[in-house]
Amino acid sequence: MVELSQELLQIAGLSLYVAASSTGIASLLGIPLGAFLALREEARGRRPALTIAKAIVFTLYGMPPVLAGLLVYILLSKEGPLGALGLLFTPGGMIFAQVLIVTPIVTGVAYSAVASVGRDVKEAARTLGARGWALAATVIVEARLGVITAIMVGFGRAISEVGAVLIVGGNIRGATRVLTTAIVLETGRGNFTEAIALGLILLAVAFGIFLVLYWVQQRGYR
Amino acid sequence: MTVSVRLRGVQKSFGAKRVLDGVDLAVEPQEVFALVGPSGAGKTTLLRIVAGLDGPDAGEVVVDGTANPRSSGLGREVGLVMQRPAVFRRTVFDNVAYGLHLQGLPEEEIDRRVSAALDRVGLRDARDAKAWTLSAGEAQRVCFARAAVLRPKLLLLDEFTANLDPANVSLLEGAVTAYHRETQATIVIVTHNLFQAKRVARRAGLLLGGKLVETADVETFFTNPRNERTRAFVRGEMPY
Repeated sequence: MVELSQELLQIAGLSLYVAASSTGIASLLGIPLGAFLALREEARGRRPALTIAKAIVFTLYGMPPVLAGLLVYILLSKEGPLGALGLLFTPGGMIFAQVLIVTPIVTGVAYSAVASVGRDVKEAARTLGARGWALAATVIVEARLGVITAIMVGFGRAISEVGAVLIVGGNIRGATRVLTTAIVLETGRGNFTEAIALGLILLAVAFGIFLVLYWVQQRGYR
Repeated sequence: MTVSVRLRGVQKSFGAKRVLDGVDLAVEPQEVFALVGPSGAGKTTLLRIVAGLDGPDAGEVVVDGTANPRSSGLGREVGLVMQRPAVFRRTVFDNVAYGLHLQGLPEEEIDRRVSAALDRVGLRDARDAKAWTLSAGEAQRVCFARAAVLRPKLLLLDEFTANLDPANVSLLEGAVTAYHRETQATIVIVTHNLFQAKRVARRAGLLLGGKLVETADVETFFTNPRNERTRAFVRGEMPY
C-alpha cells in the first residue's frame, strides 16, 4: 500500500522529472523543426520532401507508446547498439522513450502555430533585416500562443504515458516507479482506493504544470 | 545617401496573368518618386521586386549598383512599409527597436533612436502600449517609425496611407517629408491617391496594365502630360 509518505513524494517527483525532461527535450527539438517546416513550405511551396517529412510527423502522432518503449528497450538492452550507455531501467531511458513519443506532437502543433502567423508579419520581419534563425525566432515568438499549446499538449502526453515508461523503466520501486506505473501496479493488486488516490495526485501535478504554462502563455499576450 | 533605382525590361507573371510587362524605370538618387496607377496595375508587384521580396521573371533591377537584389539590403539600405500595418505582438517600443536589435546596437543607442522615431510619428506616449491594440492609423505610424529608424537609403512606401483617416494621412506624409529632408534618402511611394503624389513627390510615373506609360516631374505630370492615357488618368477617367 502506498501511503502519503516519502515514497509517494518520490514517485510524484520522478513522474514530474521524467515528463518535464522529455517535454523539454522534445520542445527543443520539435519547436525549431516545426518552425523550419512551416517557413520552408511558405518560402518554397509544397515540395515532395516537405510533404513526406510532414506525413512522417503526423503519422508519429499516433505512435503507440508500447511500440516506442519496445524500440528503446531493444536499443538500450545489453546487446543493443546503445547498451553501453546503461540507460535501461533508469529514468534516463524513460526520458529517451518519451522524447520519441512527444517530439512529433510538439513538432506538429508548433508547425501549425508558425504556419498560421500572417505572411505580412513574416515579410515585415524580413524587411527589417531578419534572416535565417533570427527570422525563425521572431516567428516562433509571434506564434507563442500556439507554441506554448504545443508544449502543453506534449507534457500532457508525457505525464499520462504508461506503456513506454513501464517497458523501459521496469516500474522498479524507489528507482523508476512513476505515478502511472504505480496506478497499474495498485490496480493489478486490487488496491483501487490507492490507485484512485494516485490518479488524483497525477491530475493535480498536471493541473499545476498547466497553470504555470497557461500563465506564461497569457502573460503579455492579451 | 545616394541610391538610384534602375529597372530594365522587368517582367513578372502570376500564373497566366502577366502583371509587369517590360517595365523600364529610373529613379534618381535623393528623389521622391510617386508611382501611380489604378488597382491591379502592378504597382505593388513592382515595389516588391525593387525591395527584393520577389524576383523578376525577366529583366534587370539595379538598386545602389547591385543587380537583382534578393532582399540582401532589406533592413539596412532598403526599407519597406506595406499597405496593411503588420505589427509584431510586442510593445510599440519593441516593434520600433526590432531592426536595431537585429543589428546588435547598444541599448542606450537603441533607446535614443527609438524615442526620437516615436516622437516624429507622435507616439511618444504610446511606447509601452501593446502594438496590436492600436488603431490602424497608429499601427501604421509604428510601421513607418520601425522602417525609418533604420535610416534606409532607399525607402519604399506601398499604399501606406490607404484606408487611413485624413489626420493620420497628414501626419504620415509629414513624417515622410521630414525623413527626406533629414536624410536625403531616395523614396519611392506607390499610391492611387493622386493628391498624395502631388503633395509628397517631385516626380511621378503612371503604371497601367503592367507597363510604365510615362514619367515626368509632378507639375508636368498633372497639368500637361505627354500621353493621352496619363491625361485621362489624372482627370479621373480610368483608361483601361
